[in-house]
Amino acid sequence: MTEKNRIRMLSFSLIFGFFLIWEVLCVLLDVSDLVLPRPSEILVTLWVKFPILVPHIAQTLYSTLTGFVLGVAIGTALGIMVGTSKVAYAVASPLLVGFSSIPKVAVVPIFVLWFGSGTTPAILTAMVICVFPIVVNIATGLATTEPDLEDVLKTLGASKREILVNVGLPRTMPYFFAALKVAITLSFVGAVLSETVASNRGIGNVMMTASSNFQVSLVFAGLIILALLGVALYSLFSLLERRVTGWATRGNDIAMS
Amino acid sequence: MNILNHHKQSTGTPLQVGPSPYRYAVELQSASVVFGKGDDAVTALSPTSLKMDAGDFVALVGPSGCGKSTILRLVSDLIQPSSGVVLVGGREASAKQLRIGMAFQNPTMLPWLTIEQNVMLPLKIVAPFKATFRKDRKGAYRDRVHRLLKQVGLQDFANHYPWQLSGGMLQRSNLCRALIHEPDLLLLDEPFGALDQFTREELWQILQDLYLDRKPTVLLVTHDLREAGFLAKRICVMSARPGRVISDEPVNIPQPRDISMIYSPEFVEMTQGLRELIAQVRK
Repeated sequence: MTEKNRIRMLSFSLIFGFFLIWEVLCVLLDVSDLVLPRPSEILVTLWVKFPILVPHIAQTLYSTLTGFVLGVAIGTALGIMVGTSKVAYAVASPLLVGFSSIPKVAVVPIFVLWFGSGTTPAILTAMVICVFPIVVNIATGLATTEPDLEDVLKTLGASKREILVNVGLPRTMPYFFAALKVAITLSFVGAVLSETVASNRGIGNVMMTASSNFQVSLVFAGLIILALLGVALYSLFSLLERRVTGWATRGNDIAMS
Repeated sequence: MNILNHHKQSTGTPLQVGPSPYRYAVELQSASVVFGKGDDAVTALSPTSLKMDAGDFVALVGPSGCGKSTILRLVSDLIQPSSGVVLVGGREASAKQLRIGMAFQNPTMLPWLTIEQNVMLPLKIVAPFKATFRKDRKGAYRDRVHRLLKQVGLQDFANHYPWQLSGGMLQRSNLCRALIHEPDLLLLDEPFGALDQFTREELWQILQDLYLDRKPTVLLVTHDLREAGFLAKRICVMSARPGRVISDEPVNIPQPRDISMIYSPEFVEMTQGLRELIAQVRK
């Protein structure tokens, strides 16, 4: 426990130290706040503008999470299809790799063209950007399931569905959660990206507008908000992961009862 | 308990009195297995015939890679014969006419489930148990699992995860999982291979008790001649790859057998005979 606390302390010191050095360097080198505002200035801006920022935060969270949920749903379904059949895996691989190598920035204009600016392209961008890590991880998890474990169920006369539910999917959970943690941060990137390009709401739009008005500290305040939201959601999934896949990391806290 | 009638009840067909509906519990008719095609083809099992009555206990011994495990995989329908026929309960193995319990050489416990949940798994999959699984898993089925775990001395480990148990304990759990759904046919693939001598002998006795308790048909694959001699009613010796059965002899010692028996002159003589036979076919 003390070890855990020590790491927490160090982690906190690192973050604090980072901002402290930033602050000190800005003062020492006399950096203009039009180039790089001091953290204290950013904090003040954040505090003052927070009431105006709340609806934008809500908007970005809404786009991100909706896109994320859709992406996970589609990714899971595709991953199961591709992962349970060797043929499907081989056939679909080139197309999937092709899709996943497209820079997602490039699809935003297309979504805007189709759906106009606003929430829809943000949700769709968040979705497409997180589908592929999910598909790849679920497919890998299923495809690498030990045949021995499946044989146990096969000798009992289990159906394909029973094998998937009782062996394939639980076995895939560590992969799935690893993908979720990547996907949630990617969804943020997607949503904000789309907001900067084509939207009049959301943190991305706030930052874009602020930068064209030279409100540099507001741009940085937006960054801080994004970082905080990212950390919060990432932690949420880490917590869930430890609950669900403790067996894979031999989590003592749940196993020993 | 009459195994056949018991089986009939379990599949829901009318209870039949009189001669059993099938001649043999397991019957291989010149079954062979070839993996691959053309020049790459590997014969894992030459045409092999084998018959087992219901309630029989047959040990398959032979040199490594002779196709012993292949026979088990045929009977459990994990693979299909390239030629010949494999009948289980009088029908093709794929018909799953008999309720099968199988223990592999690796314990293959699912790492995300506790020992209790692992042992209970067959009750979730196999009819008729699965019909009431949701209702009984916290009650009747749990009691059933705990009774069996107690029989093998694991009553205190029901809520542990597989990685918290030793190799011997995992093999006991493995045995429990193969038996929990009262199989008509028990397939054991070197289940005690990786254990020390003492644990192994202890598990032999546990297996003998469990066998005499329910009298399923048992097919045991093993390298250990003493294990075969102690447990089985019949010992089949297989030739080197590609294997076939070259000797099929009964073990004429009444059951239950005592572990000290394996040091008796008759027993040593029998295992010596088997040993020489296998040494010959290895060449």
